[in-house]
Amino acid sequence: MAEQATARPSGRTSTAAFLGRREEGAMLGISRTSRYVAHAILILGVLIVAFPIYYTFVASTHSLQTILRPPLPLLPGDRFWENYSTALFGGIGRIGGVDVGTLLFNTTAVALAIAIGKIVISILSAFAIVFFRFPLRMFFFWMIFITLMLPVEVRILPTYKVMVDLGLIDTYTGLTLPLMASATATLLFRQFFLTIPGELVEAARVDGAGPWRFFKDILLPLSKTNIAALFVILFIYGWTQYLWPLLVTNRNDMNTIVIALRKMISFADADTEWHLVMVTAMLAIVPPILVVLFMQRWFVKGLVETEK
Amino acid sequence: MATVELKDVRKTYGGTVEAVKGISLSIPDGAMCVLVGPSGCGKSTLLRMIAGLEAITSGTVSIDGKVVNTLGPAERDIAMVFQNYALYPHMKVYDNMAYGLRNRGTPKDEIDRRVRGAAATLGLTEFLERKPRELSGGQRQRVAMGRAIVRNPKAFLFDEPLSNLDAKLRGQMRVEIKNLQRSLGVTSVYVTHDQVEAMTLADTLVVMNQGVAEQIDTPMAIYARPATIFVAGFIGSPAMNLLAAEGGDNGKGLKLASGGFLKPRDIVLPESGRSVLLGVRPEHLTLVGDRKNADIELKVTAVETLGADTLAHGHSVSGDARSGELIARLPGNVGVDVDDLLPLAINAGSAHIFDAGTGRRV
Ligand SMILES: Nc1ncnc2c1ncn2[C@@H]1O[C@H](COP(=O)(O)OP(=O)(O)OP(=O)(O)O)[C@@H](O)[C@H]1O
Ligand SMILES: [Mg+2]
Repeated sequence: MAEQATARPSGRTSTAAFLGRREEGAMLGISRTSRYVAHAILILGVLIVAFPIYYTFVASTHSLQTILRPPLPLLPGDRFWENYSTALFGGIGRIGGVDVGTLLFNTTAVALAIAIGKIVISILSAFAIVFFRFPLRMFFFWMIFITLMLPVEVRILPTYKVMVDLGLIDTYTGLTLPLMASATATLLFRQFFLTIPGELVEAARVDGAGPWRFFKDILLPLSKTNIAALFVILFIYGWTQYLWPLLVTNRNDMNTIVIALRKMISFADADTEWHLVMVTAMLAIVPPILVVLFMQRWFVKGLVETEK
Repeated sequence: MATVELKDVRKTYGGTVEAVKGISLSIPDGAMCVLVGPSGCGKSTLLRMIAGLEAITSGTVSIDGKVVNTLGPAERDIAMVFQNYALYPHMKVYDNMAYGLRNRGTPKDEIDRRVRGAAATLGLTEFLERKPRELSGGQRQRVAMGRAIVRNPKAFLFDEPLSNLDAKLRGQMRVEIKNLQRSLGVTSVYVTHDQVEAMTLADTLVVMNQGVAEQIDTPMAIYARPATIFVAGFIGSPAMNLLAAEGGDNGKGLKLASGGFLKPRDIVLPESGRSVLLGVRPEHLTLVGDRKNADIELKVTAVETLGADTLAHGHSVSGDARSGELIARLPGNVGVDVDDLLPLAINAGSAHIFDAGTGRRV
């Protein structure tokens, strides 16, 4: 008991409670040595994952000349402000003078629109499929299910044609709309909704809650954790989209950061402004990390206090 | 507060499963009607049709003199207490109780007054700011009750509300529900498969079996004069003893299938030769000192001492032949043992005769 109390980190309560459970694992006969070994392995894993990122960061703080003259130093250089401000606000020659700020804005807008759009559409379709009896309900369910077998890449040409015909090339709508429908998210919500006891639905009906009130007052609050988890996954999915943004944008100022990053790299090493590429790469991973960090609290909270 | 009236209500699921086969029932204003029966007999289905949660296949349900067949549950102005409480897990106790009122557009201060009033009645005041998961089963049950009473509905509907509680708490809540229902005077329909609950709570008791109401009456009347073998076996614990018999010569007595002959007092006997079942409750068998005064003899195979009572299990004997299983409830201090042969008398007027074919009371 004493060991558990001292080993418990003094962080925020939810994290503490969460880790507290792990510590109980330690009390269930996992020895001190094996815990050290486990930690050593975990730390090694973290180092392996973190090192390339650290090295990218180091490269982003040196001048192009330093980068092109190997070996690259292991410590950050003195050009942090210079490189980052050039990239963020100055414009980058190889991508038509567009600055990374614009790219970040584009990508954030696209990722947010995709994540939110997918969640809104799928939660509403799942709501319809689970809680309403309408003609052809199962037909629609299977239609949604079948689209799982048709990923973006498979339907990309017809989708592209439609976008061209609708004049949606180089627009945010064109970048996001075709990626919004989501069978996976619909199925996830459906599975979750199916676990909601029928009595709860009936209690709401007796309490005079119509479908809309039920959705807003009961279903949405209960889905919080699911929504948070999906949001993270879908935000990153949107953030890392490559093929579709590549097709549907021509103008440099409509590019997403991943596309721009690719365009910044020329086959001839000397033409590539590597220091700016590194800065862009660093900046490209910041928003997803922020989203994960911010949403993680929700996860842990959801995991610890499962509503029953 | 209102009357609830069912006229030949039927429910067929999916065109084939007949869950409720025509039940008519009239519950006066302020009365408590209990539906009791074995699992799958259609109690919940009937209740849910009254609630408006299940479509009515045929027949009519009226509340307060108005046919409500086509109205939704909210428009029927009823409140329901569910078996698993069905509290909104993400809402505080206060909001759980207030939700139905908010949806009806009740003014805020009125809601507050009613919720606090109900909480005080149910002893929930200190829990108002808690979430359901921070409450014990009994407290959750109370919140579910509170959610029903704040609404001040025309009728309360309960579907086995106590079946998730332990025996002691169940007994306590049973009394509380009864007192609450009495003092509020709200017409109630209560579903249970527990006959103690049924007997203690009911003003009107409906014993159901396979979608049919076998008997509708006060609990005491049902106990005293069960209309069918099913009711006789279902109400009362331990269950009524049923012995195969046949009307004796010239309607003078009963010939037990085991060969004995007896002459219960103060009841109408069947005509001779008609095959019947003789029903005697265990508590209506009395130990007599002398074999000559005995109506029936019990060969004891097991004894349960309960303190106040002793239950003697065994079978009736007459001569060498043995016949039906028999249980007698004897005084606690009687001191019987396995293999004893107990001479028993059937109390006057307490034997029941059922037709063996139809199962109905003769
Ligand atoms: N949705 C349904 N579809 C088809 N059959 C159903 C449905 N609901 C109930 N039934 C059937 O109707 C009959 C009555 O069910 P009901 O739930 O009313 O029983 P009950 O008396 O409440 O039993 P219990 O005490 O176990 O709750 C059962 O045979 C059941 O299988
Ligand atoms: Mg039931």
